[in-house]
Amino acid sequence: MIDGLRRLGRLALNWLNRLGKATLFLLRLLGALATLGKRPGLVVRQLYSVGVLSLPIIAMSGLFVGMVLGLQGYANLVDFGATSTLGTVVALSLVRELGPVLAALLYAARAGSALTAEIGLMKATEQLAAMQMMAVDPFARVFAPRFIAGFVAMPLLAGIFTAIGILGGYFVAVKQLGVDSGTFWSQMQASVGWIDDVVHGVVVKSVAFGWVANWIAVFEGYDATPTSEGISLATTRTVVNTALVVLALDFVLTAIFFGV
Amino acid sequence: MVTLKKLELAVGVFVALGLAAFFMLAMKVSNIAELGEDKGYKVTARFENIGGLKIRAPVTLGGVRIGRVSGIDLDPRNYEAVVTLSIDPKYDQLPADSSASILTSGLLGEQYVGLEPGGMDNHLKNGSTLKLTQSALVLEKLIGRMLTNAAAGDQPAVKTP
Amino acid sequence: MIATVAPSSAAPPDERPLVTVRGLSFHRGDRAIFQNIDLDIPRGKVTAIMGPSGTGKTTLLRLIGGQLRPDAGRIEVDGACVHELGRRELYQLRKRMSMLFQSGALFTDLSVFDNVAFPLREHTRLPENLIRTMVLMKLEAVGLRGARSLMPSELSGGMARRAALARAIALDPTMIMYDEPFSGQDPITMGVLIKLIRTLNDALGLTSIIVSHDVKETASIADYIYLISDGSVVDHGTPPALERSSSTWVEQFLHALPDGPMSFHYPAPPYAQDLSLDEEPSLD
Repeated sequence: MIDGLRRLGRLALNWLNRLGKATLFLLRLLGALATLGKRPGLVVRQLYSVGVLSLPIIAMSGLFVGMVLGLQGYANLVDFGATSTLGTVVALSLVRELGPVLAALLYAARAGSALTAEIGLMKATEQLAAMQMMAVDPFARVFAPRFIAGFVAMPLLAGIFTAIGILGGYFVAVKQLGVDSGTFWSQMQASVGWIDDVVHGVVVKSVAFGWVANWIAVFEGYDATPTSEGISLATTRTVVNTALVVLALDFVLTAIFFGV
Repeated sequence: MVTLKKLELAVGVFVALGLAAFFMLAMKVSNIAELGEDKGYKVTARFENIGGLKIRAPVTLGGVRIGRVSGIDLDPRNYEAVVTLSIDPKYDQLPADSSASILTSGLLGEQYVGLEPGGMDNHLKNGSTLKLTQSALVLEKLIGRMLTNAAAGDQPAVKTP
Repeated sequence: MIATVAPSSAAPPDERPLVTVRGLSFHRGDRAIFQNIDLDIPRGKVTAIMGPSGTGKTTLLRLIGGQLRPDAGRIEVDGACVHELGRRELYQLRKRMSMLFQSGALFTDLSVFDNVAFPLREHTRLPENLIRTMVLMKLEAVGLRGARSLMPSELSGGMARRAALARAIALDPTMIMYDEPFSGQDPITMGVLIKLIRTLNDALGLTSIIVSHDVKETASIADYIYLISDGSVVDHGTPPALERSSSTWVEQFLHALPDGPMSFHYPAPPYAQDLSLDEEPSLD
């Protein structure tokens, strides 16, 4: 009993300790952002690896999710003769929840894990230490560009995911199931608000998710034990922690913006 | 650094795609034109019962959307719902004695406010109040009244509150 | 503990040691890595720091480079106390010292050329053609001018270390620290590295610090040797002087004897007790 409590206490303290470390890390990272103005090339290079290279999986997943929403929505709405609202159903699900959340989860798996592994490996092979000894700050040269590129890429990826998803839903609903194209779009347009749904859904959520997903990914790499086992653990932690934090944060943001 | 040009191009395409996606979300999926909604003039209408009317529900006239519900409140003195309608300024020729009813699109659809034009020469303007209103039909009460009517034969219908 | 001669402030600047370490202590967890160590690294010489594996030789280099902070004592490089500098000043100081890591630590996403160009591009605003000239000069010095477009993954271990060496001298530092430069190299590569370290030191007027446990190779190029064991300096002197040392420990280390004052065994409870031979066998 006492032992169990002590273990719980130690877990809590460890967790707080890591949170504190991660916060200090983030502050130093933000402090290093100023130097990036002079080196936009660094961010562009990272935008390529976290953004452009994530495009295929984001686009494909968005398409399939949208098509599934179209099919499922149709199957449920057709009983009530309400297939005219299919566009609304597809668009609202994607814009408010699925677009930003799924894009963030896919991003963590595709780009976040790669960021962690790359930084962890740079640490294990002493590349970060070598950089410091060459009087180059890894925060300015390695961490900040990766963080900011991911932060910029996330909303763009979420937007692309959502838009392609809606097109996928359109394809299934209109081309396959024969819902009227005009109804599909006009019903959607009548009930999806720019501020209330698109901005509060896709934009705000993906910006928040991009912040935490990249913070976790870069920090886990920086904090990784520099062994092959440590890097694999850190990579796993990035994906698991990002998924948990994104879903919890999604609940909070949904309660704020879409709660009654 | 050889591939920097190609890399920049790819990133450029990526950013353009992202912006295009948001452009589509703005123009095709949502109605960004309604950003200017608050420029519309405000008209209030009092109802006994608004049913399931929500903020942002459409306001139509002759089936054409001319504005949105921008506020719902309760008057604490006479327990009436006060609904504020925001109407597009380009429809500024609506007769002052127009009436408002709360209608439902389809059997299960969302509720909206439908306006019926009156015949006066005065026009509705910011701050006007619609005098003639018809509350939402509440399904349970409707059914209840039908049952009472059936049970009571030809006795007068129970007055709904 | 053998005290070294304290630098006299009256000596002309070039005679003073480049690096002075006084009373250095460093702990990792509960384990003491260094206890009250004194060291002097003379200018323009090759100084070797030797000792058995696990004695914290690499840690010493990191302390000198300011990547770790000592628990007690002072480390001065060219008159500046490394661990009291702010980050900006420390980075200024680091531009004048460089370090060759055990693994080479080449940036795996950059070619050999770009690796060597990295410090130049980070710290100077030279035009690209001048950078090219300088990089090719450094690569020529280590014999890898022809390998400039290879990626680090395509290099052998020895080539990677030479490429890293070219990168280390890119900014013309006053001091280079070598972390185990010979470990895991074949004899030919080792010979090449030994010659390179010596010639670079003399040709560029560098101060070199070599951390190693390869006795023969290191002794062949070192001007001065410090022997470290169990967190303190056991002995120091020129290679011939150490060869004549009466200490059994020095004898054991320099001649690679398996047992001696340095025990073959890691500290452990008595063997018999560990195997439970002196206990009644328990019956369950």
